[in-house]
Amino acid sequence: MCLSIPARITEIKQQDSLLMGMVDFGGVLKEVCLDYVPEAKVGQYVLIHVGFAISVLDEEEAQERLNLIREIESFEEEPGSA
Amino acid sequence: MKYVDEYRDPAKVRGLLGEIDEQVTRPWVLMEICGGQTHAFLHHGLDEMLPGGIELVHGPGCPVCVTPLEQIDKALAIATRPDVIFTSYGDMLRVPGSTMDLFNIRANGGDVRVVYSPLEAIRIAETSPEKQVVFFAIGFETTAPPNAMAVLQAKQRGIKNLSVLVSHVCVPPAMEAILSSKTNRVQAFLAAGHVCAVMGYHEYPAITEKYKVPIVVTGFEPVDLLVGVLAAVRQLEAGKAEVQNAYERAVTFEGNQTAQNVMNTVFQPVDRKWRGIGMIPQSGLGLRPEFEAFDAEKRFSVGELVTQESPLCIAGEILQGIKKPPQCAAYGNQCTPQSPLGAPMVSAEGTCAAYYRYHRELVPNG
Repeated sequence: MCLSIPARITEIKQQDSLLMGMVDFGGVLKEVCLDYVPEAKVGQYVLIHVGFAISVLDEEEAQERLNLIREIESFEEEPGSA
Repeated sequence: MKYVDEYRDPAKVRGLLGEIDEQVTRPWVLMEICGGQTHAFLHHGLDEMLPGGIELVHGPGCPVCVTPLEQIDKALAIATRPDVIFTSYGDMLRVPGSTMDLFNIRANGGDVRVVYSPLEAIRIAETSPEKQVVFFAIGFETTAPPNAMAVLQAKQRGIKNLSVLVSHVCVPPAMEAILSSKTNRVQAFLAAGHVCAVMGYHEYPAITEKYKVPIVVTGFEPVDLLVGVLAAVRQLEAGKAEVQNAYERAVTFEGNQTAQNVMNTVFQPVDRKWRGIGMIPQSGLGLRPEFEAFDAEKRFSVGELVTQESPLCIAGEILQGIKKPPQCAAYGNQCTPQSPLGAPMVSAEGTCAAYYRYHRELVPNG
């Protein structure tokens, strides 16, 4: 039920007093409600849950975490490491 | 796909598994709250790749599973009415009520429709003014703001033929109920990342302080899950009990305040019964008095119903992480996804359904 999938915003528009938009789920386009992410911009990625964007994904935070994982990964791959 | 592929990278998964293995010196019991995470762990086989000392127990984070039988029976009573179009998320249709499910109602001519978004229920109400449209508003804090928006829109647009049958539940009271139980085995929580995307994690420091268990906000992809496990294990091994965010790209401490504001405008905390577990004080959300006109229970005066749960089903113990599905006598024989006795065998997030799908070797004669 709490399934949320990342998607890229391709269009933002006002419709029936709601902030709506089109998002791209890796090739599949869908109309969603953007009212809960008024700060979101076209090109940004958002998490979509039951037709609503609930969070704008933070590129910097994502990179920082991936860098930390890369360190663990290279440490684990060193020959002779446990 | 960005934000998906890099979190399914086998090299990263191997690296994290190796690091977890190095950290573990003794057995630990971790609970992932969310049923989506349970399915992801089992789907990717991560539960079997973790070091033997780490046991995952599966939490109550499956809204379909914990929606009380009374609410299902009320849904069934409302959906049978000829003047009603009953709309619901798809998962709810096969959840057994006392005597039948929503699919049976549909097979008998009832107008039961699956919606992907609560805004679809609004559209149906606008295009079917001669009908009463009822939306089954279930879910945790992730789903409450979208459902709240449907109610708010109905009020603002003067849509009179829409009402909601509300059965919302909240995560933190359930975590406290698990930790307070005499049978509790949980030593650390992986908190549900998408609930936290909405709510943040400001509610958790009080829990870690009171019960001395680490809580790690965790995402849903294999790499995210292992980052969460690693953070929890590091804390446990160091004797710490802190709140940590391991899903930084989607979750902030405060959460999504715009969503929380709408949720709090429409809903207020109420006592809520959890199917299989029982009453947990202030663990649910109900409509505020200003939105009472949209309450399907009042509009159709369904009242109190006599309910009957299967005596064989041990869903309550499953949902609290006390037992696992293969320990249930009915699992895989009297109870299967095709013919479920309890909700955890139905839902795409139910623990029993996850075991049935991914651990067939544990099914009797499977």
